[in-house]
Amino acid sequence: MDSTLFDMEQSQTAWCPGCGNFVIWKVLKEILAESGREPQEVVIVSGIGQAAKMPHYLRCHTFNGLHGRALPAATGVKVANRGMLVIAEGGDGDMYGEGGNHFLHTIRRNPDITNIVHDNMVYGLTKGQASPTSARGYRTPIQVDGVLLEPFNPLAVAIALDASFVARTCSVDPPGLKKILKRAIQHPGYALVDVLHPCVSFNKVNTFKWFRENTYPLEDDHDPGDRVEAFRRATETERLPLGVFYVNPGKPVFEKSLSVYAQDDEPLASRRVDLGRLEAFVREGLKSA
Amino acid sequence: MAPESMDVSIVLCGPAGQGVQTAEQLMVAIFRQAGLNVFATKEYMSRVRGGSNSTTIRISPGRVRALVDRMDIFVPLDRDAYQHCSTRISQDTIILGEKETFPPDKDGLPGRFQDIPLSRLAKDAGGAIYTNTVVVGVVAALCGIDEAVARSHVQDAFQKRDQKIVDNNLSAIALGYEAGARLPHKLPFTAGEAGESDTTDDVILNGGEAVALGAIAGGCRFISSYPMTPSTSVLTFLAQHGAEFDIVAEQAEDEIAAINMALGGWYAGARSMVSTSGGGFALMVEGLSLAAMTETPIVIHLAQRPGPATGLPTRTEQGELLFALHAGHGEFPRAIFAPGTLDDAFYLTQKAFNLADRYQVPVFVLTDQYFIDSYYNLPPFDLSGVENSDAVIRTTADYERYALTEDGVTPRGIPGHGDGLVVVDSDEHDEQGHITEDHDIRTRMVQKRLKRLDALTREALPPEWIGPPDAETLVVCWGSTVHLVAEAIAKTKGGKHAVLYFKQVYPLHPDAADLLSKAKRLCIVENNATGQFAQILQSRLQVDIPVKILKYNGLPFTVEELVHRLDEAAG
Repeated sequence: MDSTLFDMEQSQTAWCPGCGNFVIWKVLKEILAESGREPQEVVIVSGIGQAAKMPHYLRCHTFNGLHGRALPAATGVKVANRGMLVIAEGGDGDMYGEGGNHFLHTIRRNPDITNIVHDNMVYGLTKGQASPTSARGYRTPIQVDGVLLEPFNPLAVAIALDASFVARTCSVDPPGLKKILKRAIQHPGYALVDVLHPCVSFNKVNTFKWFRENTYPLEDDHDPGDRVEAFRRATETERLPLGVFYVNPGKPVFEKSLSVYAQDDEPLASRRVDLGRLEAFVREGLKSA
Repeated sequence: MAPESMDVSIVLCGPAGQGVQTAEQLMVAIFRQAGLNVFATKEYMSRVRGGSNSTTIRISPGRVRALVDRMDIFVPLDRDAYQHCSTRISQDTIILGEKETFPPDKDGLPGRFQDIPLSRLAKDAGGAIYTNTVVVGVVAALCGIDEAVARSHVQDAFQKRDQKIVDNNLSAIALGYEAGARLPHKLPFTAGEAGESDTTDDVILNGGEAVALGAIAGGCRFISSYPMTPSTSVLTFLAQHGAEFDIVAEQAEDEIAAINMALGGWYAGARSMVSTSGGGFALMVEGLSLAAMTETPIVIHLAQRPGPATGLPTRTEQGELLFALHAGHGEFPRAIFAPGTLDDAFYLTQKAFNLADRYQVPVFVLTDQYFIDSYYNLPPFDLSGVENSDAVIRTTADYERYALTEDGVTPRGIPGHGDGLVVVDSDEHDEQGHITEDHDIRTRMVQKRLKRLDALTREALPPEWIGPPDAETLVVCWGSTVHLVAEAIAKTKGGKHAVLYFKQVYPLHPDAADLLSKAKRLCIVENNATGQFAQILQSRLQVDIPVKILKYNGLPFTVEELVHRLDEAAG
């Protein structure tokens, strides 16, 4: 195995020195190299934000689309060619704010997509405004009285919707991150990996130190098949558990359920319309209204 | 009946949910079987039950393809239905109904009222639910259709239902037919009489079906949309027939998701489309701009209805032309088709997929509620000349998605087909597809994207001249009004008229200016309030059209209305 298979020749990024994105980047390249997939078999779809620049720094197919819209575009890719390994990646604002509705409905749809969310509880690219996961009271140049909204709880929402794979990890723990991302890309169906990580430039509250002190691993005997328990653990907010909260392996995978793939694995790109069949359909099927 | 009319217009009107549509389908099928040409269209309220919805069915030995105001036979199913269509009643209108529902006021009912005991006959057949089938029987008899033809269609239409339901419907037909046969009025022509052409092989469909069939012919593999009247029928049709034609139809959570899914589909090699109406398209506009920046093809079926905002959800208007033309942040090329005939809807939608594929641009198919919901019979589409492009290349390891080329078109690779990597970006990007803020590259990329308008213009379809070549007045129209205008000009009194029908409204064919200068007088017909296409002709070709015949109350034009307004304009 070539561990540099997904590395770009140049390694310049637009990230700040010390950003948690670097850890996720390194781990992502490793797990992709270890996945046995070629770069030609991997599509990373992303939105807008610092996290969403990730695919530009990897050797793989890239669809860097609109803010909040990675999940529907990724779903379209998977519909067209279910042989691709598809990752949808972005930040907390991208996936939970602008793309919130897609987040809900992609969970319901359950395409085989790994959704990596860089969750640093702040907007980086627009310089420090509150994100959907910022804590109540968190002060910013816009939220001058502190955030008045209840933070969005992506794990609880995902478990409530019976998402097929729900995990939280943290970039301050690279081995834990790697273990979980690896499981997520192997999981058939939608997999949410919420990756807590610090924003060194704009989030002075949720720092490396804060994440070390305020997170802890789920116990070894946590049963990811127990949805109610998983939900209960997801609602813990004092100290945040890390690990695989919930897995529902029995949930039907969207693109596998499509009738076009019932008898044929061929990607849609290589299928051609049968004009003879269409002609017969028009002549015979439309004789009367 | 007016002696000059070689066609008969039948109007059925009743509350939503009372089976007007079922009766319409039965009648259309029966008239077709009898060898007549049929046109049918409906107007309906935005509600599931109640109100008044009407359907107009025109039958003739010759081809009929446009809405008339005239009612030769009118079947109001309740008092409200009568009121709903009352302005269309003339002294020649035969009104079928029962006295109890329509107590004559002191002047009596206008038109020629025929008392038919619909309730009693329906009850005899099995219950009030059979009223519509009784009506079909009455109308069939009145129009001189063979009872066996009517019976066989009822049998077919209800074959999947309970035997009791079939029997009751058959008896409703028989009772209605018997009542209708006693009426003195008959058609001014014989059903089955040879028309202008043999229509035995004809098929019958509506605008929505023509667009959907065109999409199938164009190799559509994926439609993702959010239901919105009047665009939904395209999504429904493709969902129903998806398994037969390798098409995935997905109802997205919103229009934003719909267009982004479709773009993901095209990116990975599946020809994709969205079908929507004004408000839904408004939500798609950001995605339209993404298509432009990433040079990802997209086909957008935009079925217009009156806005702004929710407007009149089930009504018609040609109000989104300038919106479609200008939508999207940033500057980029696009093409807009506006089919007005079922043939054009089929062939242009097929073409839209290929144009989008070859030039990697958004292509619109602009229709409206009147077009989507109108049916007529026509010869089956000729597929012998139908070809689909295959612009996708197998990539090599050094593939660059945005490599600069002379015509601005970079051969398009897709993931999973070749050794290259396909990198697309909504940010400004370099030839490889990676983010850049280099202003020289920016300039070249803007030019590359815009350059493709040259090819789109070269491939533009010319407007079609209908009528005498030496016409004094040229009536310009686009999209759904073409059959109405074409029929109207033949009936005008004020000098020779011809029609210039634009089936592509952007970019314009280079011959358009020349054709517009051929007649002494110019006039334009548009189903909107501000003459949007006239504005395009003014700004693009500096052609001023002084006479604008506009309508924006939510309803389509009728032939009579256009004749009147064209005559008025001719002075």
